[in-house]
Amino acid sequence: MKFEVGSALSIAAILFTVIVVAAMLIWVERRLLGLWQERLGPNRVGPFGLLQVVADMIKIFTKEDWVPPFADRFSFLLAPPIIMVVILLSFSVIPFAPGVGVIDSDIGVLFVLAMASLGAYSVMLGGLSSNNKYALLGSLRAAAQMVSYEVFMGISLLGVVALAGTFNLREIVLSQADGWYILPQCVGFLIFVIAGVAESHRLPFDIPEAEQEIVAGYHTEYSGMKFGMFFVGEYLGVVLVSSLIVVLFFGGWLGPAFLPPIVWFVLKASVFVAFFVLLRAAIPRPRYDQLMNYGWLFLLPLSLLNLLLTGAFVLWQEGM
Amino acid sequence: MLRLIKDTLISQVVTLWKVFLHAFDKTDTVEYPDVKPQMFSRWRGRIILSRDPDGEERCVACNLCAVACPVDCIALQKAEDEEGRWYPEFFRINFSRCIMCGFCEEACPTHAIQLTPDFEMAEYVRQDMVWEKEDLLISGTGKYHDYNFYRIAGKKIGGKDKGEARNEAVPVNVRSLLP
Amino acid sequence: MTLLFYSAGAIALIATLSVILSSNVVHALVYLIISLLSVAVIFFALGAPFAAMLEAIVYAGAIMVLFLFVMMMLNLGQATEDEERAWMQPSLWIGPGLLSGILLLLFVSTLLTHDVTLAPVEVSVRDISLLLFGPWLLAVELASMLLLAGLIAAYHLAKK
Repeated sequence: MKFEVGSALSIAAILFTVIVVAAMLIWVERRLLGLWQERLGPNRVGPFGLLQVVADMIKIFTKEDWVPPFADRFSFLLAPPIIMVVILLSFSVIPFAPGVGVIDSDIGVLFVLAMASLGAYSVMLGGLSSNNKYALLGSLRAAAQMVSYEVFMGISLLGVVALAGTFNLREIVLSQADGWYILPQCVGFLIFVIAGVAESHRLPFDIPEAEQEIVAGYHTEYSGMKFGMFFVGEYLGVVLVSSLIVVLFFGGWLGPAFLPPIVWFVLKASVFVAFFVLLRAAIPRPRYDQLMNYGWLFLLPLSLLNLLLTGAFVLWQEGM
Repeated sequence: MLRLIKDTLISQVVTLWKVFLHAFDKTDTVEYPDVKPQMFSRWRGRIILSRDPDGEERCVACNLCAVACPVDCIALQKAEDEEGRWYPEFFRINFSRCIMCGFCEEACPTHAIQLTPDFEMAEYVRQDMVWEKEDLLISGTGKYHDYNFYRIAGKKIGGKDKGEARNEAVPVNVRSLLP
Repeated sequence: MTLLFYSAGAIALIATLSVILSSNVVHALVYLIISLLSVAVIFFALGAPFAAMLEAIVYAGAIMVLFLFVMMMLNLGQATEDEERAWMQPSLWIGPGLLSGILLLLFVSTLLTHDVTLAPVEVSVRDISLLLFGPWLLAVELASMLLLAGLIAAYHLAKK
């Protein structure tokens, strides 16, 4: 079993970079949304508004950290760190470049799926412990949505796994040296993107926190740093799903040699981060039952068909 | 099936592309305190009281604006000078209640009360939001330059007798038998 | 790996005890999730990472989410907690407790008399797949039939 852990220094560097990038996304998303909505976006604090993140952080750290007296204290305090921890743990198996990564594990894909399924607890416990009807509704929606879309997420990945013949993300990247999986697995890619948006409950699938209907959903009662953890957790999820898309379908760090591998990875991942923001800017939120119908009646058969055809193709290729 | 693909996939991709193209458009907003936005002349902002071309107050204290006001933010008291002109003794607008609906302007028969494109009305003290007549009254005619109520209306005031207004016939002498 | 095994085992024991002793249902469920995750760590320490991940995905990730989901629908309050506390009376648990104690004694004595060593055997995903789709193909197909039947039944019920 292959299980290599990177040096402490590289782990710390990756952790730091990932969190800083997620925090910077607060600014990136607002500027990009401004760009697409013909506004300016935050541009007053520092050059191009870059220090807006710092200002937001100061605000969020100095806010009153309030636990409502009617809440279940144990679960209420437990919920926000879960999402941060779970998503940061998922980053441990992502291969950023040759030699850059925390763990080189043979079960990388499964580990990401396991962590994604554990992420649902953060949302559910947060909503349930708040003792607030909107929070409860939000977490009910979140639970159903995340459990459902995990299924398609997992199945859509299996096509890539079948082609690469391994669950190891690093080997999946290496096996794409003579062709990215986006071409043979374009259906899997589409399903993965849709499921990824639903898993990180970003718009247009932010039904658990639909502010027009249920205030703020599961984090209605959260404030201060505990809200901040949910907030940064969401952006971490965006970065995670973008990195996964790049690793699984777009050849990870592979690219022409005039740029170093890590730059290729960052470039590809930022394209998908921007795409996530574009989704938010462009597409309205579906109704809840539409989301569920779409998932179970359209995406599930499609992903199963994709897996079947991929399996047949792999077997046919081996028989040749 | 084709229809479903068209509805769920193609239309979404078209939407994404159209929104993406907005990245190359000019922004609609301006950096406000540094760049003042160009307001429309009919923008409903700060309320003023205007004067007629002769420099007199246009307001005749008819109270129609106060009646029309849905949030009751206008208060005034009628007074009359020795020439017979009506004018408001005080005229008070509470801008912390005002919703800039413009009903007062529509109700005003003399074009006295008008809304202007000025929107910078924030105050630090709430009491400063209450504006008296001295604050509201401007020295110009506002949007309507030639209109002068007392020169058109038949009311008799000092220096203008009955029948001397514009387009007004001389009053019929009902005590006379002549046609 | 031995240290990992024993610490995970200890966490699993403590968490499972807390599941039984906790009177708040949601807290009990959180402990149950922790217990399942530590069992996954035990699998990992024993050299079965695939089983560990499946334990985390299926049990901790999916089934427990459904438990929690149902719990949200029920209106649990102080009354349920009092009822749970009432079930802690010795007269209620002493019988099953005694029987379980006897089972535990038997188990421990078997472990002590037989020569059992903690030797992790590496089982890769490929090995498991070859086993499942080789000798155990019929069982896998039967299980998948059962799941398919369940899926269709659930769809039918939801359709009504």
